[in-house]
Amino acid sequence: MPKDEYQSRAFNIVGTRPIRPDGIDKVTGKARYGADMTAPGMLWGAILRSPHAHARIKSIDTSEAEAMKGVKAVITRADFPKLDLDPGMADILDNSMAGEKALYDGHAVAAVAASSKSLAYAALDAIKVEYEVLPHVVDVDLAMKPDAPVIHAARQDETVPEGLSENVTSRSQYGHGDPEEGFKKADLVIERHFTTAATHQGYIEPNACLAQMGADGQGDLFVCTQGHYMVRDTCAEILGLEAGKLRVTASEIGGGFGGKTHIWMEPVALMLSMKSGKPVKLVLTRDEVFRATGPTSSSSTDIKIGMTKDGKITAATGTFRLQSGAYPGATAFLSAMCGFAPYDLEHVRTEGLEVMTNRPKAAAYRAPGSPMAAYAVESVIDELCQKLDLDPLETRLKNAAREGTKSAYGPTYPAIGLEATLKAAQEHPHWTAPLGENQGRGVACGFWFNFGGNTSVNLMVNPDGTVSLSEGNPDIGGSRASMSMMAAEELGIPLDQVRCVISDTGSLGLNDVTDGSRVTFAVGLATIKAARHAIEIMKTRAAMKWGIEPEAVDWVDGAAVPAGPNAGKFPPMSIKEIAAIAANTGGPIAGHCEANAEGAGVSFATHMVDTEVDPETGAVKVLRYTVFQDAGKAIHPDYVEGQFQGGAAQGIGWALNEEYIHDEDGRLLNAGFLDYRIPVASDLPMIEPVILEIPNPGHPYGVRGVGETSIVPPLAAIANSVSRGAGVRLTSLPMSPPKIRAAVKAG
Amino acid sequence: MSRIHVTTTINGEETDFLCEPQQTLLDVLRDDLDMTGSKEGCGSGDCGACSVILDGRLVCSCLVLAPEAEGRSVETIEGMAEGDKLHPLQQKFLEMAALQCGVCTPGILVAAKNLLERNPDPTEEEVRYWLAGNLCRCTGYDKIIRAVMETAADLRGAA
Repeated sequence: MPKDEYQSRAFNIVGTRPIRPDGIDKVTGKARYGADMTAPGMLWGAILRSPHAHARIKSIDTSEAEAMKGVKAVITRADFPKLDLDPGMADILDNSMAGEKALYDGHAVAAVAASSKSLAYAALDAIKVEYEVLPHVVDVDLAMKPDAPVIHAARQDETVPEGLSENVTSRSQYGHGDPEEGFKKADLVIERHFTTAATHQGYIEPNACLAQMGADGQGDLFVCTQGHYMVRDTCAEILGLEAGKLRVTASEIGGGFGGKTHIWMEPVALMLSMKSGKPVKLVLTRDEVFRATGPTSSSSTDIKIGMTKDGKITAATGTFRLQSGAYPGATAFLSAMCGFAPYDLEHVRTEGLEVMTNRPKAAAYRAPGSPMAAYAVESVIDELCQKLDLDPLETRLKNAAREGTKSAYGPTYPAIGLEATLKAAQEHPHWTAPLGENQGRGVACGFWFNFGGNTSVNLMVNPDGTVSLSEGNPDIGGSRASMSMMAAEELGIPLDQVRCVISDTGSLGLNDVTDGSRVTFAVGLATIKAARHAIEIMKTRAAMKWGIEPEAVDWVDGAAVPAGPNAGKFPPMSIKEIAAIAANTGGPIAGHCEANAEGAGVSFATHMVDTEVDPETGAVKVLRYTVFQDAGKAIHPDYVEGQFQGGAAQGIGWALNEEYIHDEDGRLLNAGFLDYRIPVASDLPMIEPVILEIPNPGHPYGVRGVGETSIVPPLAAIANSVSRGAGVRLTSLPMSPPKIRAAVKAG
Repeated sequence: MSRIHVTTTINGEETDFLCEPQQTLLDVLRDDLDMTGSKEGCGSGDCGACSVILDGRLVCSCLVLAPEAEGRSVETIEGMAEGDKLHPLQQKFLEMAALQCGVCTPGILVAAKNLLERNPDPTEEEVRYWLAGNLCRCTGYDKIIRAVMETAADLRGAA
């Protein structure tokens, strides 16, 4: 077996719960997030945004703002170079700064850099924009109609059927078998329509950066992002720079959840710096974060499932319509792939439709596309179980995908953990705990692919034998800890001998964005390979010293040892001893790995939740919550649990409270944390995490990503719980009190 | 614009600064005094990331005008540890992994410290309601609530 595939082994460090290495900085306020950096002579940037959902920009008069004392630069789209960008890149530029049209409430139309924050905002007030307001559409179903206002013409691809608005840009299809035949074998077929609202990732740190462009074409950017290489490459392309001239450093990151895998205003900061010749700090307000950085898609879904009276699914179909905001590129195709992924189905067909609307460009939000799909699918399965008087866990087990199952989206699964999560749920005391009046228990399953991707890691053995580990993905929730743990485990040295840093784009090879739950898997894999590379070098150095062949050296407990009695008798040579002779045995010692990681294992979760509905007010109280998820191998269990708990909490918000609310003019009415209410501490119970470990065959330690799967089941689990507690099936999120109250009254 | 001279006490040290009349205490802490431990998550008093103690009272520093700090005492996250010695809450948050991204952590620590000074034996519900003004999007609050409860128990045991 190649060494980078899974091998069962005992661990010394992996699986323990040490204090994270970046912890002290984060509990003392020393850690520098995006808005925490300054530069000598720094200016403050600010962005003027469209108050209209859809409008032609007739003119922009910046003369008064430019004449203000202390204003050093004013820019509009006219300041950006006119380059021949591919459509996706042109969209990013257009979203950063509007061209001919403002496409949503909050779309950037101009920006300033001034010597103080207050002056920058005063200068925005002095910019005069003349708009011609156009008809708009924010609803996904309305945007699909042939007579809907068109956001962009001619962006449809060849997959879109005739008769739909040009706002429908793409259609994807998955599945196998013949669902119509399958439905004939069912004892009960249920078909339902579901909607979910757009929700925001709601990271607590607003997007921020500090840009510094030099007259020589070289630049530096300090930015909170989930992927500073992506920021570098995108900004360089949009601004006509060479990527190597722009060095991007990732700040500490105050949450992202997918929302910081995109470009929002970094090209604006760089352009302001170019034009002013000064460093420019640009920090979005919370209002701007809500109005102009991508929320997830709202969705409109049809699901049809047939089931026999003993609980076997005979056929399933789904149509998922996701709005992508003002540009093509939603994740309906992922909805269409994920919705039925937990089940072993003979007959299944799905389609996904991507639809443009006058909303901010939709962004990834933790397993993008999957939660809304699972919500609809798992709701129908729950209703089938209710009507056929079946046990919802047993029924899911009966249909569960397992090793060898052909998935609903095509591939055949290797070893997977869905059954393990369902069985753990059955055996947990939560499942049999008594329920009171108006209380319901909901369960739901969820799936996410996970991802590998381009990764570079350097592992340097310093002259004193300590280890410096460089990786290129921002530490969004404990990855310095898990990387250090894997490096120390592999090298056989104490954890405190490793220090992990997040390198800038000039110091390490390409690293893909922190997305797809890829970091612990892919960067972990690269870290292990870099450590193994360093070990090979160290074995060679010991062999040189001992005068034997490198093949005759083994690595045991952080030291080189002779491989057997024939290799000669030498005492173990520790990493410190080898480091000390490095200069005389060939020079510095460093291992590295650059790879496009494959083999990210898919992951599944089952969530169980109890809620109580107040039939008078429609308010829902979450009473008890348990997460069962396959982590493959939990490197640092505390932070795996944290991902489970955090995903559940975000899902609870999505299910019960959170939604973008627009007025009739398409303006966002709740662009703040008071009116867009994410769960607060008093809304939630403890969330019990149960970690299952079904090793991923594609990782040496068996790791699977865990960050995204945890947000997939909660929407459905809560909906099933509330529907059972209220005695009425809810089909629209969020299940806000007025909606529940009306449904209960209607019976 | 003429600037206002303010003399105040921050983390026990007399400090003075010049500010514009509309600047918030948070702006001055972050932008003028380079005390960036207090974070601006919303600027409207809804997220608690900028929590500081003003004359013993927990406030959002984004809702306090900087000139209002004149003659008063401000405690921020930067004053919570005594030199290298972490406050028990800070230590417990590390041990129990009560943070992920860490951006809400300073505000939550400041708020939790203020709670334990008022109520050394809070119930879980009291901790949850006291911290309801401090948003965390990463953790689901579970480990935060447990860390505050355990610190309270430790401090009661030590008293």
